[in-house]
Amino acid sequence: MRLIAAFFAGGLFGLGLLVSGMTDTRKVIGWLDIFGNWDPTLAFVMGGAIIPMAIAWQIAARRNAPALGGSFPAAPAPRIGRNLVIGSVLFGAGWGLAGLCPGPAIASITWGGAGGAVFLIAMILGMVAAPPLKQSLESGQTA
Amino acid sequence: MPQDWIFGLIGGAMIGLAAAAYLLINGRIMGASGIIGSIVDRTAKENASERGVFLAGLVLFPGLAALATGTADTHVTENLAIVAAAGLLVGIGTRIANGCTSGHGVCGISRFSLRGIVATVFFIGAGGLSVVLFRHILGWV
Repeated sequence: MRLIAAFFAGGLFGLGLLVSGMTDTRKVIGWLDIFGNWDPTLAFVMGGAIIPMAIAWQIAARRNAPALGGSFPAAPAPRIGRNLVIGSVLFGAGWGLAGLCPGPAIASITWGGAGGAVFLIAMILGMVAAPPLKQSLESGQTA
Repeated sequence: MPQDWIFGLIGGAMIGLAAAAYLLINGRIMGASGIIGSIVDRTAKENASERGVFLAGLVLFPGLAALATGTADTHVTENLAIVAAAGLLVGIGTRIANGCTSGHGVCGISRFSLRGIVATVFFIGAGGLSVVLFRHILGWV
């Protein structure tokens, strides 16, 4: 049951990314391009996604456990470390460069051509390389 | 197109419902970078198969829809060196920051998480600067 639910959640996420236009790098770069031909679509996507999810968090707060058991994820410590800031800046730089973030990069892999494949492979390599970098940031050394 | 915001809103609601279902049914946060990242760096333990089928759905459903409509196009730049550099930055950055647009943006902000809000401000800000630098000033893409 958990696997079936996860499969359909992934499917709905992917369809939402396609319908919303977030698998089209022109729309994403258009949103980030505030000094160019600015495209506000991403704000509607974020708004449309945050509202049902905010309701879901309220429902989760009133329940003891998820429908299929286990427990709800605990809120992370509200600490703003430099890994959060440095990581987000690196991510944003890459996001603006190609217009792809992890969800759309995976969702569009079947029609993204060579560019989509190269992006996904490089992203996975980056993810494999990240843990030691993250550790050195957390331990206070300069990476 | 002027109706793009309607598709944005509908697609966004689908993304939010998917995240809501993943939380309320499976008890998990729907963060794309965490789901794939924990598989490739082998930190996903007993829930690796759950993450694997999530990714299978994420590839299969939009893939079939794109096949059916025949109009999907990522319009990603043909400069593969740029694409590779961007992929590396996204991969490293999202794992160092513990989240991306779906995890920090959608799931974090909707929980009024300070970390999610700060991360989103920084990645959108850096994304905007990146477009100014690489597109408008340097003209690389």
